[in-house]
Amino acid sequence: MKPAPFAYHRPGSTAEAVSLLAADPDAKVLAGGQSLVPLLSMRLAAPSALVDLGAIPDLDSIRVEAAGVTIGALARHAAVLSSDEAAACQPLLRLALQHVAHPTIRNRGTTVGSIVHADPAAEMPVVLRLLGGSVVAEGPAGRRTVEAADLFVGPLETSLGHDEVATSAFFPALPAGGGVAFEEIARRHGDYAMAGVAVVVRREGEQLVEVRAGFVSVSDIPVVVDLTDVVTGGGDPGEAALASLEPAADIHATADYRAQLVRVLTRRVVAAAVADASSRSLTR
Amino acid sequence: MTDTPTTDTSGTQRRDVTLRVNGAAHAISVEPRRLLSDALRHDCGLTGTHVGCEHGVCGACTVLVDGAPARSCLMLAVASEDVEITTVEGLTGADDSLGPVQQAFADCHGLQCGFCTPGFLTTITAGLRDNPTPTRDEAREMVAGNLCRCTGYQNIVAAVLRAAEIQGGGS
Repeated sequence: MKPAPFAYHRPGSTAEAVSLLAADPDAKVLAGGQSLVPLLSMRLAAPSALVDLGAIPDLDSIRVEAAGVTIGALARHAAVLSSDEAAACQPLLRLALQHVAHPTIRNRGTTVGSIVHADPAAEMPVVLRLLGGSVVAEGPAGRRTVEAADLFVGPLETSLGHDEVATSAFFPALPAGGGVAFEEIARRHGDYAMAGVAVVVRREGEQLVEVRAGFVSVSDIPVVVDLTDVVTGGGDPGEAALASLEPAADIHATADYRAQLVRVLTRRVVAAAVADASSRSLTR
Repeated sequence: MTDTPTTDTSGTQRRDVTLRVNGAAHAISVEPRRLLSDALRHDCGLTGTHVGCEHGVCGACTVLVDGAPARSCLMLAVASEDVEITTVEGLTGADDSLGPVQQAFADCHGLQCGFCTPGFLTTITAGLRDNPTPTRDEAREMVAGNLCRCTGYQNIVAAVLRAAEIQGGGS
């Protein structure tokens, strides 16, 4: 349980980090390390070098604006979770972050790191995808914005180039009339979920005009299902979600059991998000 | 941090790093792959930090990093120069008397084999700083990220509440 040898770089700027990555195709980026270091220790990953973002200034910012929340690559889950401004702007951030591992892991793990690690069992990639967020990446060709819909290509795989560094992630604000909810079921407190569901809804006046759900641990990449017509038509969102998903079996849950979790959680979380939208419209 | 790593006779890259642990500076020379948990034990000689699962699950190696609990097995020694580290050795008083959380574990029989205990002590020390008067449920939540295979947790939860009492000036 010791990592294989690697070289270590601690650049002082993102540009320097990019050139170190560009010079070594087997190098990996290190931020909080809460996912990468276990992979190193188990030797599931054996990079030639680590490029540690830890000394790059200003990457730990959490910027809250009317349009949404921009989270820097070194901002820890714990810092985002404790930001009342971020929670007021987009409440789904706090709801989901409470489910990310344990507080001790959240003290070191970074939200952007979790997103680009792209674990299908992770909460924050699903939140980014459901909200229609994006990631800013810096590479040799400069800076570009990657929409969440174009970011996730497979389990633990994103569309970012090997020599690109994700410097921030943008989560759009909750719009007027909006509501959110999140719930997941894990075998142990703080463990990866067997299934999790995030829902955003939006009302115009009394009319529900948008219901969308994102799913954790159900597919290889974050998937969003539009349930607007089903819910406004009085249908069952649980069955409707399952029609668009193929929950797989793994060591933690059979496919049937996971499907049942999706069915039950989707109904429950849609109802909670609708209730959230109602209560917010009352307090506005 | 020396930006120029040295290479030993076997060709392995090594770096000179200075860790600040329990208020003292430890100048050590380590490979980049050296986990902070191993550096504390083998290079700094602070064997109070215990290594259990080595992949962040069990919590035995938990230390305080700038006051907040962190898994020392999920940090690299070479990346830990900019932080203040507190291990279980740093929880005792200047006269080697037991700290309040340690005393509470002794009072409540909060340990049997003791292997997991350093991680509980550091975690609870930080937890009580954030919440000095936890309820029983909050005490359970506080230790939810640490595994103990002996006690069944009942006496650990009791020790959290007892430590809060001691820190609050209770007898």
